[in-house]
Amino acid sequence: MKKFSQLMAVLTVACAFALPAARANNAPAVEKKAQPSSVEQQAARTTADHSKFKELQKDFKDGPEVTRACLSCHTEAGKQVMKTKHWTWEWRNPENNQLLGKKHVINNFCTATASNEAFCSACHIGYGMRDKNFDFTNQENIDCLACHDTTGDYKKLPGLAGHPAYKQMEFPPKSGKLVPAVDLQEVAQSVGATSRATCGACHFLGGGGDAVKHGDLDTSMRNPKRYLDVHMDVNGLNFSCGTCHATKGHNIPGSRYTPTGRDDVAQHIRGKVDTSNPTTCQSCHGLKPHKEDSILTTKLNEHTDKLACQTCHIPQYARGGKPTKMVWDWSTAGKLKDGKPFKIMDSAGHEAYSTIKGNFVYESDVVPEYQWINGKVKYTLLGDPVNTNGVTEINHYYGSAEDGLSRIWPVKVFRGKQPYDLETKSLLVPHTAVGYGEKDDTAFWQNFKWDAALKAGAEASGQPFGGKFDFVATTMTWPITHMVAPKEDALTCTQCHSKSGRLQGVKGIYMPGRDANQWLDLIGWLATLGTLIGVIGHGALRIYMARKAG
Amino acid sequence: MSGPSTKIYVFKVFERFWHWSQAALIIFLLMTGFEIHGAYENFGFKDAVHHHIVAAWTLVGLWVFAIFWHLTTGEWKQYIPTLKKVDAMIKFYLTGIFTNAPHPFRATRLKKHNPLQRLAYLGVMLFIGPLIWFSGWFYIFYGNWKDWGWDKYLSLEWVAFFHTMAAFMMLVFLIAHLYLTTAGHTPTSHIKAMITGWEEVDAEEPTEAKQG
Ligand code: HEM
Repeated sequence: MKKFSQLMAVLTVACAFALPAARANNAPAVEKKAQPSSVEQQAARTTADHSKFKELQKDFKDGPEVTRACLSCHTEAGKQVMKTKHWTWEWRNPENNQLLGKKHVINNFCTATASNEAFCSACHIGYGMRDKNFDFTNQENIDCLACHDTTGDYKKLPGLAGHPAYKQMEFPPKSGKLVPAVDLQEVAQSVGATSRATCGACHFLGGGGDAVKHGDLDTSMRNPKRYLDVHMDVNGLNFSCGTCHATKGHNIPGSRYTPTGRDDVAQHIRGKVDTSNPTTCQSCHGLKPHKEDSILTTKLNEHTDKLACQTCHIPQYARGGKPTKMVWDWSTAGKLKDGKPFKIMDSAGHEAYSTIKGNFVYESDVVPEYQWINGKVKYTLLGDPVNTNGVTEINHYYGSAEDGLSRIWPVKVFRGKQPYDLETKSLLVPHTAVGYGEKDDTAFWQNFKWDAALKAGAEASGQPFGGKFDFVATTMTWPITHMVAPKEDALTCTQCHSKSGRLQGVKGIYMPGRDANQWLDLIGWLATLGTLIGVIGHGALRIYMARKAG
Repeated sequence: MSGPSTKIYVFKVFERFWHWSQAALIIFLLMTGFEIHGAYENFGFKDAVHHHIVAAWTLVGLWVFAIFWHLTTGEWKQYIPTLKKVDAMIKFYLTGIFTNAPHPFRATRLKKHNPLQRLAYLGVMLFIGPLIWFSGWFYIFYGNWKDWGWDKYLSLEWVAFFHTMAAFMMLVFLIAHLYLTTAGHTPTSHIKAMITGWEEVDAEEPTEAKQG
């Protein structure tokens, strides 16, 4: 008996050791090997090592000097860049002739660039945009490094009119934090292709901070895992922005000013001239993206007629742990506590109020709103009347079930309240920010006075302003297209095919599970009920009569 | 419940197989169909759609088979409508059945269905069936409408309308049919007949059978 229990003990211990070992052996032997990053891929492709070029072996004193060196070899680059929105901050929509671009659009975030250039131009691919007199014709003002830096050390600071810090400086001013001087020689010798980091330096931070604006672009996308973005997954496909925004001659395709609502062109093929937008899902995945191996996958492909891929495959945005701003109410800005500006944080530690900007609401893992989009967009621009009885749409995306040009898209709707002119009914441009170390009594972020800020903004933007203003509710719509989730995380059928599903408000389509003819249902169920009552009554009577007959 | 009885062989093996598999499929299609319709939840929308389509094709296959069988065996004649005695049948269900009056119709191998049944089944097969089939097919091939140029003439809303309408009719038929199976010689004799093939009927021959 004793022997037996000893044997059992030995066996148990042996098993305990052997099992994990066995399991480890069964596990997939190696973790999937990390793909080379886009920078490494580029390095493998390139035929030039910039650190060996004489032109770059010098002590550059500022950005334009680097640019001169770049242009001495890249003779056409300047001309190409100057045609782009990234440079001009201006773009005319050929469909409705509206003049758009950062120079002209008023949004409901930081509102407008006019009068604030020295600050905003930290995200202009140029040097020296201090005010509206910037020289857009001088190639030396182009900032090549903003996009082609690979070191991560090149940073343009707000307030420096598009320049990086050439000497060590305290930033933000009076913060006690020091930003080191940029090593221009090192940066210039390491240039390469654009990356998630360079594009993200502006596009992840739009609206005045990380994740604020887009909802589907924030710093979590710098090195995302598969969960966050299947294409950019650092351990997987490792796309850079340029993989989809396939750029030719510095002209970057894919834009919210001219989105492609419905791409019905199949995959792009090498050698075939294809002028359609290369950033759409369809340009790689085609029109039948799901492998048809069952009734259900065939059914999925039938959805591509009405749905943008994004609708199912981006179930939420702001999924990377960075909350995005959903509401911005400027009307409460300017309050002081003991004569000083202040901030109130929400329970998650994000700004709920700040004197310089007003009230905010931040959200993570946001469920999008959905709407038909056909690619036509109209903006409410300076001088256009706002809707004083309701909500003014900063941008309106057109689309419908009937036009044959639309698909249903997920969108972020950003809600705000911002100043408008009571006389002209036009939106107003507040003068908020100033250059580094400058003093300006009219800037809202220095003196918190609307009258002065709006007057200065109106002057800079060339608008009449009588001095009377109020705040109007506005919305801005952002089609959601990044943060594509793995297929396991795509929407399930019932999330839309049910009475209170995600597409509840989308008109113009019949969806089983969501829709039904109310009359048919009423009559159908009444007939069913009537028949049931009829047969039960008939049966009861039969039983009763039989009993009576005994 | 009833008077003296005798047994006759009414339903052949194929008929019985056809009947019960069809019954199961139709009940299953009702369940999955009304789940797709959003009336209740059971399988979940995704599985309901999958199962509904599989069952639908199975039913279609079964019917093709059954039509073939009826044509080759001549059994289709069972469904030739007759108005003779329909009034007697209705009267029987409204009054006679309560007083234990003799059934005005007696099933035989050559005449399996009473005149009311004939009409009802013919209605199911010539109206509800085709309505469900054709609307169902249009529904199934929704993804091809554009390629085939059908999208100009069809709208999913109306296809679904007619399909759902037929489904309600089928539901009503099913309830009435289930109940009427208890209206035989004894409450279970019809059901037994459909299981074993042998039907228990009133011993005394009603006039109809003699004439026929
Ligand atoms: C007794 C037979 C059947 C019943 C009771 C039935 C019932 C239903 C009901 C109530 C719906 C929901 C309609 C809606 O709300 O839009 C439905 C959907 C559908 N039925 Fe049937 N049906 C039957 C047979 C068939 C047959 C024979 C076919 C094909 C030939 C078919 C194909 C479909 C399809 C494709 C759908 C839509 C599924 C989807 O959402 O994709 N059904 N059915």
